[in-house]
Amino acid sequence: MADPTPSNVPGTPPPATPAAGTPTSTTTTPVAAAPAAPKPAAPPKPAAKKGDDRRGFLMGMIGSPFAAAWTFFSVTMVVWTLGTLRFLFPNVLAEPPSRVKIGLPEGYEEGKVVDKYKDQNFWVVRYNGEIYALSTTCTHLGCTPNWLESAQKFKCPCHGSGFYITGINFEGPAPRPLERWAISVGDDGQLLVDKSKKFQQERGEWSNSESFIKV
Amino acid sequence: MSVADFIRNSQVWKSIFRHPAPRDRRNRVVVMLTNVFLHLHPVSVRKSGIALSYTWCMGGLTFFMFLELTITGVLLMFYYRPTLEHAYNDILLLRDVATLGILRELHRWGAHAMVITIWLHMYRVFLTGSYKPPREFNWGVGVLLLVMTLLLSFTGYLLPWDQLAIWAITVGSNMARATPFLGHEGPGASFLQVGGVPLIHSGSDARFLLLGGRFVSGDTLLRFYVLHCVAIPLAVGVLIAVHFWRVRKDGGISGPL
Repeated sequence: MADPTPSNVPGTPPPATPAAGTPTSTTTTPVAAAPAAPKPAAPPKPAAKKGDDRRGFLMGMIGSPFAAAWTFFSVTMVVWTLGTLRFLFPNVLAEPPSRVKIGLPEGYEEGKVVDKYKDQNFWVVRYNGEIYALSTTCTHLGCTPNWLESAQKFKCPCHGSGFYITGINFEGPAPRPLERWAISVGDDGQLLVDKSKKFQQERGEWSNSESFIKV
Repeated sequence: MSVADFIRNSQVWKSIFRHPAPRDRRNRVVVMLTNVFLHLHPVSVRKSGIALSYTWCMGGLTFFMFLELTITGVLLMFYYRPTLEHAYNDILLLRDVATLGILRELHRWGAHAMVITIWLHMYRVFLTGSYKPPREFNWGVGVLLLVMTLLLSFTGYLLPWDQLAIWAITVGSNMARATPFLGHEGPGASFLQVGGVPLIHSGSDARFLLLGGRFVSGDTLLRFYVLHCVAIPLAVGVLIAVHFWRVRKDGGISGPL
């Protein structure tokens, strides 16, 4: 690179052409001018070899322990960071289980909302010959509404959303009905609520047979 | 020799103040340069730069509020236990158990005031164009400080453990569900799965990390307490030092350069 540019810049007729010819001859063809060839060929080759060896040797001595140390340090820091992040996720939680047995279907009265499992995030409702488990999480911003027996509605204290006994929203800012959890009859005849599966009315999921029990 | 001179010439005085009395310009500069706290502050300030009509002193008031909140906060920690059993009652008992239980109100009012003053400070900096080069880095530091202040406000809100606090944090932390990729109801989270098993679910997402559980609980109270009293104030302290130092390095308190 260094050779052709200075020769082009002066660009004077007689010296320019031989100067430009020399770099091409060394790389491609043996047409080379005899005096020009030995100059670059002999001195740089041994010089380059010795320099590489010495530099390589020095780099091997100085560079690799540094490289090893930095690699070790970086890996340690990454492992520490990931470990710290993992530390923040406990292995054991004092939270209620996601599957809850709630007794026999006969224990539930038509048209009644059972508040007993509110701490576990659901109401059990028997209405129009169906038993279903409604989530206690308001679909507006996640507060917990209250069942008002006299007004026959779920009313959220935070922003005033109201839901019928079916869970359908009819007032306030809630954009959609309460969600249902999966409910089934176990081997012992008891109802079983499974909070790992939810069913949303607006997606048409309440027609799913897992979302209610016919009685 | 007066008593003042005797004190100034004593070894104890000289070991603390390694400069002569600040009676001339040079020594006034030396005072600033040899003090670890004052060196964060500009050596000299333009008269126009500290005009109240120009700065509103909102940054200074915000810092004052931070100091006030640190002091009252440390005092409150002597009476408050961040557990389900004690938290609510400890706050109520402050009125009866401690003389000057009003410290708790000072902490609360100071917190409101700090949020107000930091917004006004940002507004003033925007109006006077003080975010422009070479001060754009310090604007960034200031935005971080604003976010930290809001987080302090948010985490402190839960500590009284009353109904308002619990539901405010329930509602507020619901936003974390919708974090892209890191919240289990957020966009992109459904793509992060291995063999059909989701990596991001309600027990492993950003909200869970924040709450220490799937919903606001005693673990949440402890987490917010530690964040509120230790983690965030430490970060704010470091950022404040950087912020003040950059004010000095970027040409002093606002004004044309």
